Amino acid sequence: MAITIEIPTAFRRFTDGAPRLESGAKTVAEALNELVTRFPALSRHVRDDEGQIRQFINVYLNDEDIRFLGGEASALKDGDKVLLVPSIAGG
Amino acid sequence: MKEVYFLRCRECGKKYANTPQSFCEECFSPLEVSYDYEALSRTVKREELSHRPFNMWRYAELLPLPEGFKPAASVGGTPLVKSRKLGSQWGVKNLYFKNDAVCFPTLSFKDRVVATALAAARRFGFNTVGCSSTGNLANAVAAQGAQQGFDTTVFIPADLEPAKVLNTAVYGARIIRIDGNYDHVNRLCTQIADRFQWGLVNVNLRPYYAEGSKTHGYEIAEQLRWELPDNVVVPMAGGSLIGKIAKAFCELAHLGWVEPKQVKFFGAQATGCSPIADAVKRGLSRVEPQKPNTIARSLAIGNPADGHYARRLITETGGWAECISDPEIIDAIKLLAQTEGIFAETAGGVTAGVTAKLIQQGRIQPDETTVVCITGNGLKTTDAIAADFPATEAIPPKLEAFEALLSQQLDEPVRVRSNA
Repeated sequence: MAITIEIPTAFRRFTDGAPRLESGAKTVAEALNELVTRFPALSRHVRDDEGQIRQFINVYLNDEDIRFLGGEASALKDGDKVLLVPSIAGG
Repeated sequence: MKEVYFLRCRECGKKYANTPQSFCEECFSPLEVSYDYEALSRTVKREELSHRPFNMWRYAELLPLPEGFKPAASVGGTPLVKSRKLGSQWGVKNLYFKNDAVCFPTLSFKDRVVATALAAARRFGFNTVGCSSTGNLANAVAAQGAQQGFDTTVFIPADLEPAKVLNTAVYGARIIRIDGNYDHVNRLCTQIADRFQWGLVNVNLRPYYAEGSKTHGYEIAEQLRWELPDNVVVPMAGGSLIGKIAKAFCELAHLGWVEPKQVKFFGAQATGCSPIADAVKRGLSRVEPQKPNTIARSLAIGNPADGHYARRLITETGGWAECISDPEIIDAIKLLAQTEGIFAETAGGVTAGVTAKLIQQGRIQPDETTVVCITGNGLKTTDAIAADFPATEAIPPKLEAFEALLSQQLDEPVRVRSNA
């Protein structure tokens, strides 16, 4: 089983330019942990001091904000895409 | 000459030279335009404004405009209407409506933000501009984009009001309808801004765009003869406008143009999409996203970009946030039209209806000065109220027919002049 973590341009200077990461993670939390283990410089940008996903980082599983799913506990299946969006704009 | 404005991270404070970017590279928090207020206070005087036309450009020095900028259109300068009826009906003395339903060129406050965003788009060399929109913004981008010769592409939820789609299409803009709600559209636009060299006014140009909203606040203060009100009631979608009115008031106080005052900020949302109001009322430290389901489509943003800041402002200033249901929105639109002669879109119904609720709750006091922000025109959302006004029966062009109809409607004999 493999899922893909899509890395936005703004994050890529912390990922040696990598635009995505293939992962065998089974939940969103595992996927994020794998991302920051692989690229430790990204760690403090993804989670705050309490270990929560930072206020302005939005995480999507395929088309849906994970807060409408099971949050970080959301289960992943083969082919899923996890997308990180820094500071959602609009309005 | 060194520019008096620059970008600054709202969280870590890192400063950036002017660039089309909306978030901090260090902490990924939002960027905002900041100014060298010492320099501004030396170069711009309140007295000079009286020689300028009454539109948003009279505050040009307080906006992030490139050197030598020449406005293409007379935007803003909308009326502040003192209530003649609703105030006494609701039991408050000094009630005002800031009426951006008649903002030019496209009848919503979004004309203001697009005006500053396109100045930035030109400066940064973009040929294509666009936006993610619940309708009003698309209208404004399409109109001003056409006037200024930009190639324009707007992204909207597929189920938008027909009038708002038409009012974008007529200007020749490319319209991309997205199967999904505004939040889906918005996320897509974030990815598009990441990939294309486009100036998306509320994405990569957002810091400059949002500053245009300050002019709504400057005008309120000036129209109150350079005094700040006690309360402001503001509709909330992304939650940016309420913060920019507060910023405008702070800047005016800082420049010494008004006496400083603790203005209470009140936020208005529809019950069917009330993430910010919900966070205020429940005392949450984080705004939780919602799936919008309301006729107030222009406020139907379930994941508001500035929700965090709006919630904090409301709480810190001693204000409050409320929401009303769709039937209450329709009632409030009719009430505002039939008492004050202002035909507002659904968002205006939300704001008026919430104001009544806040007065009823005692959060707004009878002797205080309260400004209610009406941000869009009712002609754009006629579908929301059409069912309440079915076509009336046609009568022959005869006096007897008219008198018969009138007596039927009045349910009493028609009184005519004694010599008739």
